[in-house]
Amino acid sequence: MEDDAPVIYGLEFQARALTAQTAETDAIRFVVGTQSLKFDNQIHIIDFDDENNMINKSVLLHDAGEIWHISGSPADKAVLTTCYSKTSESRVLTCAAVWRMPPEWESGSHESPDDSSNNPQTLELLCHLDNTTHGSVACVLWEPMGDGKRVISLAENHVLLWDLQESSTKATISSSATLEGKGQLKFTAGKWSPHHNSTQLATANDTAIRGWDLRSMSQIYCIESAHGQLVRDLDFNPNKQYYLASCGDDCKVKFWDVRHINEPVKCLEEHSHWVWSVRYNHSHDQLLLTGSSDSRVILSNMVSISSEPFGHLVDDDELSDNEESQQEDKGKEPLRDSIIATYEEHEDSVYAVEWSAADPWLFASLSYDGRLVINRVPRALKYRILL
Amino acid sequence: MSSATTPPDSDPTGRRRVHSMLKLYYGLNEEGTAAEQAESLDPCDINGPHFDPEVYLNKLRKDCSLCELMDHESCMVKQIRSLDSDMQTLVYENYNKFISATDTIRKMKNDFKKMEDEMDCLSANMAAITEFSARISGTLQDQHAQITKLSGVHTLLRKLQFLFELPARLNKCLELQAYAQAVSAHRRARCVLQQYSHMPSFRGIQDDCHVIMEQLAQQLRQKFRDGGSSAKDLSECVELLLQLDEPAEELCDKFLSHAQSRLEADLQGLEAELKDSAFTDTGGGSVQKTSPGSNPISPSSSSVINPFLSPTAGTDILEFIDRGCNEFVSSLCLVIASYQELFINRPQEGELASKNIPEMANGKLHVFVDTLAARYFSLVERRIQEEKGVGDNSLLVRALDRFHRRLQAITKLLPGSAVPSHGTEIVVRAARERIKQYLSALQTFYHDSLTDVRQALAAPRLAVGGASASGGGVTSKDATPSLPELLTSLSNFILNQLKSVLASVHLFTAKDITFSNKPYFKGEFCSQGVREGLVVSFIKFICQSSRQYCESAGDRGGSTPPALLLLLSRLCLDYETSTISYILTLTDEQFLVQHHTPVTPVTALCAEAREAAQKLLNHYVKVQGLIISQMLRKSVETRDWVNTIEPRNVRAVMKRVVEDTTSIDVQVGLLYEEGVRKAHSSDSSKRTFSVYSSSRQQIRYAPSYTPSAPMDTNLLSNIHKLFSERIDIFSPVEFNKVSVLTGIIKISLKTFLECVRIRTFGRYGLQQIQVDCHYLQMYLWRFVSDENLVHFLLDEIVGSAAHRCLDPSPMEQSVIEVICERG
Repeated sequence: MEDDAPVIYGLEFQARALTAQTAETDAIRFVVGTQSLKFDNQIHIIDFDDENNMINKSVLLHDAGEIWHISGSPADKAVLTTCYSKTSESRVLTCAAVWRMPPEWESGSHESPDDSSNNPQTLELLCHLDNTTHGSVACVLWEPMGDGKRVISLAENHVLLWDLQESSTKATISSSATLEGKGQLKFTAGKWSPHHNSTQLATANDTAIRGWDLRSMSQIYCIESAHGQLVRDLDFNPNKQYYLASCGDDCKVKFWDVRHINEPVKCLEEHSHWVWSVRYNHSHDQLLLTGSSDSRVILSNMVSISSEPFGHLVDDDELSDNEESQQEDKGKEPLRDSIIATYEEHEDSVYAVEWSAADPWLFASLSYDGRLVINRVPRALKYRILL
Repeated sequence: MSSATTPPDSDPTGRRRVHSMLKLYYGLNEEGTAAEQAESLDPCDINGPHFDPEVYLNKLRKDCSLCELMDHESCMVKQIRSLDSDMQTLVYENYNKFISATDTIRKMKNDFKKMEDEMDCLSANMAAITEFSARISGTLQDQHAQITKLSGVHTLLRKLQFLFELPARLNKCLELQAYAQAVSAHRRARCVLQQYSHMPSFRGIQDDCHVIMEQLAQQLRQKFRDGGSSAKDLSECVELLLQLDEPAEELCDKFLSHAQSRLEADLQGLEAELKDSAFTDTGGGSVQKTSPGSNPISPSSSSVINPFLSPTAGTDILEFIDRGCNEFVSSLCLVIASYQELFINRPQEGELASKNIPEMANGKLHVFVDTLAARYFSLVERRIQEEKGVGDNSLLVRALDRFHRRLQAITKLLPGSAVPSHGTEIVVRAARERIKQYLSALQTFYHDSLTDVRQALAAPRLAVGGASASGGGVTSKDATPSLPELLTSLSNFILNQLKSVLASVHLFTAKDITFSNKPYFKGEFCSQGVREGLVVSFIKFICQSSRQYCESAGDRGGSTPPALLLLLSRLCLDYETSTISYILTLTDEQFLVQHHTPVTPVTALCAEAREAAQKLLNHYVKVQGLIISQMLRKSVETRDWVNTIEPRNVRAVMKRVVEDTTSIDVQVGLLYEEGVRKAHSSDSSKRTFSVYSSSRQQIRYAPSYTPSAPMDTNLLSNIHKLFSERIDIFSPVEFNKVSVLTGIIKISLKTFLECVRIRTFGRYGLQQIQVDCHYLQMYLWRFVSDENLVHFLLDEIVGSAAHRCLDPSPMEQSVIEVICERG
């Protein structure tokens, strides 16, 4: 059974920001934000039609500036946040804002797809996450599985927890924390943990990974020199509450149990340059996606540290009754930690990878030259995991 | 018919025929009868028994002509005539013989008659002699009986006299200490006295004798116990005591316990020496100087037994073993010898030689020897264990040799004893231990020499740091030339050390060493011990520790100086290419290793070394690349590129990068070969960046370009990418300078690129990047294998910077060149 060929979509602009539309569970939809200093930046909403292997795109204007980070609200699929750089008085500052997509974007784009680029609709600004006192924003995180009322922004060395009120048109800082230390500390990435009732946050600055308790806004753990060089990204295992993955400039992907922070649980070294992005599959946490500036995307199968360890213990009794199924099971045995596939469709550095929110077997990756590639988990593996 | 045809005058055949006919007549059947009979069945055979004249005649008549018949007839007549004459001769001869026989018989009859008469006369004479003899013996009988009686009385009297004189004689012997005589005398008398003890006089004598003998035995025992006497005396003593019915077992025990006390003294002496040396080892020299009396720990017993010992404490092992051999082993041998002489090999005589004495004695001896030897061995082992210093192995080997050699004496004396094999085990253990010590010594030596190298590397490094801070790049050249020297000296050090260790270990298998021909030392020691345990383990250790440098050093540059990594990498590579096989061949030759058990093949070791070398070199590239890229990253990240001033100079960081790259190039060039590179274009440094060179492209960056322009900008680099191979940034490098430098430069430039991409540039920011890249272009191309790689990466950097520029108006190429050449 051959796997479907990857679907490639090219943007006219360079791009770094990619997210799956979290609130959308029916359609496979990705949102990409472009980076261009000279033109109006755009947000491309890319719908993937799985059955026909087709892409439908709609473009929304984002005229505030080039987009560095984008993330969608978990509650309302029309709401999203961007981090964008704004140049004023020959000073570049990265700001963050909450936006709403115009309600008619979907229908409008379908009616006249050819005109969409000529007459794109504009995002509707809901509110700014005002950061003039805190400096450039690195990223904005929505509360996972929340009601779309709380976001966190990481600005320089501050963690800011915002409450969005009046249907997200007003944002107030409910609490904040500041990372103190010598030198100029700056958060590079962060992730809001979906576990523990969404009270924990992990951030990365330089080579360290820190955990924060959002109730007290205090640091709960710190993995000093988690990577040899800069930590670029983190992700929480969606099913195992103490496990997180991190990646960085030392070309490594490391897996941590935050209860034992002295040693990583596991370490992968498959990329030949900095790893910029790491993502756990939302449903099957043995599947891990990484994107690197060596222009490769790697899909790995980390069975040994997943929440679905091999050999279903429940089945043991049944197996003794049925020899055939036992043999079958033995045939499946060699599912070890391994690289499933290396995707080389990109020709420039891949800065973002993302799993689809709707289809757990589908993912997108975005490289700097504006190429978005949508791939599937190989079918053989998919059936192996499912059956 | 044939007989008929033969001429009758042929004499021999005729005579034979006559003979045979005679035989036939007398019924004598001899050989050849069968043939004759076959012939004779023919009725025509004139000589056959079945001859039928009628048939014959008829046949003749039928067959022959008249003339032939005539001839035949005449022939027949002739034959008949000769037969007749033969017969006559025979008859005559027989008659003559008969007559002579008759004469002889008559003569014999006469002779026998004469002889009969003489015999009768002889028998008469013999009867007369018998009679006379009987008469004489009858007359002499009385006297003979008397003489016999007298002689009997005489002997008895002499015996009695002996008995009566016995006490006195015994006393005298006792006085003269002639114990042997006394005992033999008493032994002779004992039975008699025993037999006649019911008679008072004899009883008296017996009692006297008993008393005296008791005394004598007492004296003997005393003498035996004293022990001061010589072995010969002692053996005499024992023999006499045995003859005096002393129980042999008791004697054995006494003898052995006596010997034991002496041997224990020896052992204690050794032990004291051991304690002393241990004490001085831990206490140091100052304690040794203090007088033994004031020393609270010095054991009094040892100083009593060996008063001369304490000042010479800390004797070397040879001395110790020597002492052990001379004192303990030799006296043990003496004891064994004399014991065997006394109890086991004694000629068995009389009733004393009860069967079980040798057996019993032998058993006792074995137990005795075993216990003492065990103590001795434990002392020796303790002493050997103290021998930790690996300086002079010959001393230990000689000591062990002596130890082993002396134990051979015991083998000869006591064939069934387990002592020598235990001794050999000790030697084997010591040898094993020694190998382990050597291995650890080698390892510490290796570590030490690495520390030395590290220091040697660190010392000039400081100078470089200071000098380069003040702007001088000259000193960096002074710092590095020592690298190859360091490498050669390091590898020579290690090799020499290894060789000397091998030489030391080789002593164990020297021909003149007694234990070298033991199977262990011939086989296992060489292959498992020396080759695997020492040489292979050491090489593996080198690789292992080298690999650790890659892992433990961490990614942040680590504590290991990069030069050390480079040096170790070269060392491992050298090992892979030649040293390992050299060392192993050397070992195999020296030790004549016969591989009974599977050993590590050279290729496996080489592969391991190569792997280590590769890892080290990769790590070196990574570390060096990291240092440079860290510099570049800081320089990009900390600068405000939007509000920068117009570039007038190449930034200092770029100069530093080129400088560092040059010094790395020099450093690597010292240890690695140049390597291959692709052909350069005629003037690589002059190459301009394609994106900016043509005026047409400059227009594209003018503020007024059309919305379709961004597609075009991508197009060029995309087309470039399509045709150029994907670049692996952190990839394994080859063992040559160009490959190493290429790796480092790749890492650095890629970092530069990524950093540029996350910044935003103003006009002058872009121009500065242009200047910097041009500068790098001018200097870096020469280091890499494929200059296009540098071009490509630098193009990407400038292209990315242009993309990230708010006001992309590039600088004139000529201006860039001027600035760069000035810088």
